Amino acid sequence: MIGDGAALTFLAMALPFVAALLAPLLVRRLGANAAWILALVPAFAFAHFAGFLPEIAAGEVVTGGYAWVPSLNLSFSWFLDGLSLTFALLITGIGTLIVLYSGGYMKGHAQQGRFFSFILMFMGSMLGVVVSDSFLMLFVFWELTSITSFLLIGFDHSREASRRAALQALVVTGGGGLLLLAGLIFIWNMTGLTQLSLLVHSGDLLRESPFYMAALLLVLGGAFTKSAQFPFHFWLPNAMEAPTPVSAYLHSATMVKAGVYLLMRLNPVMGDTPAWEILLPFFGGITLLVGAVLAIRQSDLKLMLAYTTVASLGLLVMLTGFGSPYAIEAAVLYLVAHSLFKGALFMVAGIIDHEAGTRDVTKLGGLRSAMPITFVAALFAAISMAGLPPFFGFLAKEEIYAALAGPDPRSVVFTVVAIVGNALMFVIAFAVALKPFLGARVETPKNAHEGPVLLWLGPLVLSLLGLAAALFSAVAHAYVTSPMASAVAGEAATVTISLVPHIGLPLALSVLTVVLGILVFLGLDRARAAVTRLIDALGPGPDRGFDHFIAGLVRLSWRVTKVIQNGRLEVYVTVTFLLLAFVLLVPPVLNGELPDMPAWPSDVRFHELAFFVIAVVGLIAVLAARDRLTAIVSLGIQGFAVAVIFLLFGAPDLSFTQFMVETLSVVILALVMTRLRLSPSDHRTFGEFLLDAAIAIAGGLGFALLLLKSTQAPFSTTLTDFFNAYSKVIAHGANVVNVIIVDFRGTDTLGEISVVMITGLAILALIRIRVVSVAAAQTPVARLEGRNAEKELRK
Amino acid sequence: MNTLIFRTVAPFLTALMLLFSIFVLLRGHNEPGGGFIGGLIAASAFAIYGIAFGVQAVRRALWFHPMSIAGAGLLLATLSGLLSAIFGLPFMTGLWVYPEFFGVEVPLATVMSFDVGVYLVVVGAITSIALALEERESD
Repeated sequence: MIGDGAALTFLAMALPFVAALLAPLLVRRLGANAAWILALVPAFAFAHFAGFLPEIAAGEVVTGGYAWVPSLNLSFSWFLDGLSLTFALLITGIGTLIVLYSGGYMKGHAQQGRFFSFILMFMGSMLGVVVSDSFLMLFVFWELTSITSFLLIGFDHSREASRRAALQALVVTGGGGLLLLAGLIFIWNMTGLTQLSLLVHSGDLLRESPFYMAALLLVLGGAFTKSAQFPFHFWLPNAMEAPTPVSAYLHSATMVKAGVYLLMRLNPVMGDTPAWEILLPFFGGITLLVGAVLAIRQSDLKLMLAYTTVASLGLLVMLTGFGSPYAIEAAVLYLVAHSLFKGALFMVAGIIDHEAGTRDVTKLGGLRSAMPITFVAALFAAISMAGLPPFFGFLAKEEIYAALAGPDPRSVVFTVVAIVGNALMFVIAFAVALKPFLGARVETPKNAHEGPVLLWLGPLVLSLLGLAAALFSAVAHAYVTSPMASAVAGEAATVTISLVPHIGLPLALSVLTVVLGILVFLGLDRARAAVTRLIDALGPGPDRGFDHFIAGLVRLSWRVTKVIQNGRLEVYVTVTFLLLAFVLLVPPVLNGELPDMPAWPSDVRFHELAFFVIAVVGLIAVLAARDRLTAIVSLGIQGFAVAVIFLLFGAPDLSFTQFMVETLSVVILALVMTRLRLSPSDHRTFGEFLLDAAIAIAGGLGFALLLLKSTQAPFSTTLTDFFNAYSKVIAHGANVVNVIIVDFRGTDTLGEISVVMITGLAILALIRIRVVSVAAAQTPVARLEGRNAEKELRK
Repeated sequence: MNTLIFRTVAPFLTALMLLFSIFVLLRGHNEPGGGFIGGLIAASAFAIYGIAFGVQAVRRALWFHPMSIAGAGLLLATLSGLLSAIFGLPFMTGLWVYPEFFGVEVPLATVMSFDVGVYLVVVGAITSIALALEERESD
């Protein structure tokens, strides 16, 4: 598949990012109508990926890519099988509708261009997650979805709640991404594979590894945070701070399903173990119950949907880990059905909010005549969500009960969990779709009427798709669900369920669910009050815990910083030199590798001795100096004497540099010293003086021993010979030192001069900061602000 | 340091040192010297000028901010390294040309422009540190 097909796939993956760059310009030109043009990008990708359907349905897989860093065995490669193709189609298909919807929803918003930009970037990242073949790409795109969702959730960045929700989502999902990275590295080490397409055929390699458990826990850490599993579910409802198109896209079919995708992808190689079949259903089941119960409590349309999303994700994880082929098929069916109806319902909630001015279900009613199209879309989506025929959600629910129901205790427990969860979701579905539309017309903040085509097109198409997929279930199964179920199960699977009546246990359980749902629906207000009392009795949840965690982290880092970076120069210098002396002295003593005391050279000439004496005199002058300036200049004496000694022993370049460095360091040190406004004389007590002297002597001794030892080691002339032989021949330079610096090891030098440059900038910045803070301290307002800032830091 | 003798000598000393620094820079490939040492000498020259006439005088004389000089040097050094990429050679491969000026063959190389970059970075960074420190003394 290398060739034009590969180029088109690459284009489909790259275009969302290109479109993200162009979006602001287009919006400036065309306003909200830019949506029609921008929607072409995901539509093209959808059409391109749809072209693979026959091939994938025939049981083939499509791989392709480009070498990226061949020497590191890195490639930009993709892998399409039933699982990734279904996800890719959902992402691009729903993405097309979302772009159009955003055009209507954000119409006239000053930052609409930026919004399009973010959502297209997210789309590209999400597409990357599901089609990536190499682990590294998977991880990079995975974190990109976290970062772009941070931008989207915090889109309304002037409100504190948005900023908090965005940061929370980033910390939870981004942190989970790091766990995933560790997990992927584990898998790579265990199998030696870095590509998903090879990994899924690795058989029992992972399951039999002694590190299976560690890898599993790390991967689950990534998947559970992304897919909002209990106890990490709290970020998802908070993310409802985002504009509704974001919720409709990220929190129905894409972002939150990434974790489910990962679990499904790894099911063939990590599933079918006791750990897998305990952890996944356990956490999934709890999440299902928690999400469904919390949803009942809400009266905000978006929050009701958000909590049912949590519940649905729990259901998906539970099914993925349940461990029977039917459960996999049920998970696949439910995933597709959920993407369609949840996307539609979120968009409906957005339309109601947009047109009526509120999305509080207790303040809405009688909108059906004002918004007939929206009502139809909402009703169809809700029927699918409730699991009633003739919609796709019904097929999914039947398959769920068929998969779970059984005589053993485990099956009974999870069947009960599923019935309760489904019944509560049934309630929410109709609470969202019926309450705002039926009954007497309630006065709303805005005079509600039907929105423009850009708004209602998306939900209508999605809800009708839910109907079509059920009516033509044979087609849907052949092209979408069967290939996907085969990919998840790791063996050929055929989904057959259809709308044709089939009397049996699943149908009976469905009827039970519906009856239960209707009962709760009729007493919804009482149920809401009861759940609210229950939650209040339980006390603060993990959302509060997150705040405490972040506050604790800030306090901890503040304390650590106070200890390590206390701002006292003496402490820094003392610690640095103590460590230096330790490193230089302790290993040679412990290993018995102290140098032999060298004999005094017999042929010392008079002038050599003279400069040696001058250096020693310089040192004595430093010690005897009364004030700091004299001491610095005296240190220069010693430095110059050493430079002359270098010159005498045949190192002119070194000597030259030493001269200049010595001169400049005396000048700069003198400037710094006068700057610091230190007292001219030494105020140390005798004890401190002795301690500092001991550290100085230890450091000096350490270096002396190191130098002695290195001169006593046998001298290898390999490098000297090489440079002497080739300096002139290859590099056309006679000065070997300079040729090494600028040619043989030029890249090192480039790094070094960059360091010099950065150091210069850093010193300039430090000097400037002092100037500013001195200026700030002179005005009373600034002083107050400064004190407040300090208090903030202490908090 | 405001003695008459020092102030009279300083401009000549600075000029001589700058000239010498360029000489050291250019001879570096075959004799002791090079961009690093040359840069240090030039930085000392500016320090002397600054001690004699004050920071403002040095800034006026330099025309550019010393940090910009350092930045230009880093850019020059990087471009010298990247030039070889155009010819499909590895990064930092030295390229040589031998044009003739008035009948004298002058070897020029990317190695040399790289060394000039090193020189500029060292002059710029150290001068800007020294000037910034001296400046604060006067306020």
